[in-house]
Amino acid sequence: MSQIIVHVDKIGLTYQTAEGETEAIKDISMDIYEKDFVGIVGPSGCGKSTLLSIIAGLIKPTRGTVIVDGQAVDGPSNKMGYMLQEDYLFEWRNIWQNVLLGLEIQNKVNESTKSHVEQLLKNYGLYEFRYHYPHQLSGGMRQRAALIRTLALNPEILLLDEPFSALDYQTRLAVSEEVAAIIKQEGKTAVLVTHDISEAISMSDRIYVLSQRPAIVKNVYDIRLSCQDKTPLNARKCPEFREYFNSIWKELDIHVG
Amino acid sequence: MSVNRDIFVSPERQSYLKQMKKRRQNIILGRVLILIGIIVGWEAAADLGIIDPFITSQPSKILTTIINLHNNGQLYNHIWATVAETVVGFIVGTAFGTLIAIGLWWSDYACKILDPYLVVLNSLPKPALGPILIVWLGNGKPAIIAMALLISLIVTIIMVLNGFLEVDKNKIKLLQTFGASKAQILTKVILPASVPTVISALKINVGLSWVGVIMGEFLVSKEGLGYLIIYGSQVFELDLVMSSVIILAIVAAIMYQAVSYLETRFMQYKE
Ligand SMILES: Nc1ncnc2c1ncn2[C@@H]1O[C@H](COP(=O)(O)OP(=O)(O)OP(=O)(O)O)[C@@H](O)[C@H]1O
Ligand SMILES: [Mg+2]
Repeated sequence: MSQIIVHVDKIGLTYQTAEGETEAIKDISMDIYEKDFVGIVGPSGCGKSTLLSIIAGLIKPTRGTVIVDGQAVDGPSNKMGYMLQEDYLFEWRNIWQNVLLGLEIQNKVNESTKSHVEQLLKNYGLYEFRYHYPHQLSGGMRQRAALIRTLALNPEILLLDEPFSALDYQTRLAVSEEVAAIIKQEGKTAVLVTHDISEAISMSDRIYVLSQRPAIVKNVYDIRLSCQDKTPLNARKCPEFREYFNSIWKELDIHVG
Repeated sequence: MSVNRDIFVSPERQSYLKQMKKRRQNIILGRVLILIGIIVGWEAAADLGIIDPFITSQPSKILTTIINLHNNGQLYNHIWATVAETVVGFIVGTAFGTLIAIGLWWSDYACKILDPYLVVLNSLPKPALGPILIVWLGNGKPAIIAMALLISLIVTIIMVLNGFLEVDKNKIKLLQTFGASKAQILTKVILPASVPTVISALKINVGLSWVGVIMGEFLVSKEGLGYLIIYGSQVFELDLVMSSVIILAIVAAIMYQAVSYLETRFMQYKE
């Protein structure tokens, strides 16, 4: 693989609240390479969302630093696009207005950005639906719209926090397939947090397994599948898929039990 | 989505639709019958001396009173006075309440500090402040409007602020990932997401504002429906009292419908 684009350097985070302190992340270091698809799995509540928020610059770590493109992260930047657990399309805006939201916030709505967004809508089958309201779209379409809203700002890195968890299983498979294809096609680096081990293996080039809270990196897997056409659905049929699944499963299970 | 699915109408559907139509007609009929029943019963009871029209009035006299008020043109002055006060009351109440709620949302500190004051003001029966308002604002419209405003203001603040605080945190997080400022979070998410809350506050305020205005008119005014009611009762002219109450009921219902219409207009994106 090529260059390191995100360098997470020994970060730790402790939440302070009135009730007390919660150490969410103990010590995590990661290197994410350009155009890689990185999966993060870990037991629930172990600090995965916290880790993504730190990389995105939404939360400052208590210790350590995150370096993106050679610069220390200090607040949200356009290099990174964040996708949340649900699509969070605004029901009072139509799809067009929704996908322009990020550009609007940054005062970047102009002819060239608009035509970029139009192109994205066309490429991913939402152009005809641009004047529809979110409730008129299926779960998969909404998720695609949310992805386009993120892509509109042209981020280099996509941070995906369980972006499919609100979808039913069938849709989830189809949408993860679509999203993986879109991310490949747009040439983005992606970091995907998920509970779903199969999803992680089928989509990722590399998987970080986190421990129970406070999180540390328990293990890193480089996923090498022997399949020809490595779409997420095909990946599930590869012989190595089971092996990866079993080892990651065990890894997670030790602490759950 | 308004898709037209009913190009072919099955016989079951037809008979169901027929039944529904019949039901609707019966409901309307029932309503009209009750109204006629009340009017006829009231009139007859008064004519037959079962009730004393001097203290209960009666429909025919109410009608004459309304016609007289209409003929000498006073009716519309009174209606207008009350309606204007009410409209000003609920619009200003909703607007100010929303503004203050925005301020409290903006500053978490101010919100925490002022919380007990809001609770106390909210539980205080506002008419108790009437005499104070008269002393401060004089014996006229300002006191009436202030009354209407006071009644709706605190409720609005509490309702709208709760609406603001209930906006999904993740929608705010989404904007933060775009680097949104606090003002942008307010205008892009908090306010649009709270339009339904503000409109329901407005709806409640219409009712509260009527209460405030009528209370105020009882206390101070020289015109308006509240004044007619209190004046009528003082000179023991129950025809005037009843007429005013009925007109008030009709005008208030019309205003409520208008606000409901506004609500459906604003809520269109929700289908
Ligand atoms: N804002 C906060 N203040 C205090 N504690 C928090 C906050 N956010 C998260 N936590 C705590 O930190 C821990 C890690 O939370 P986080 O959301 O990062 O976990 P997660 O792995 O994403 O969980 P899930 O699998 O449920 O998505 C949890 O114990 C959570 O209760
Ligand atoms: Mg999470």
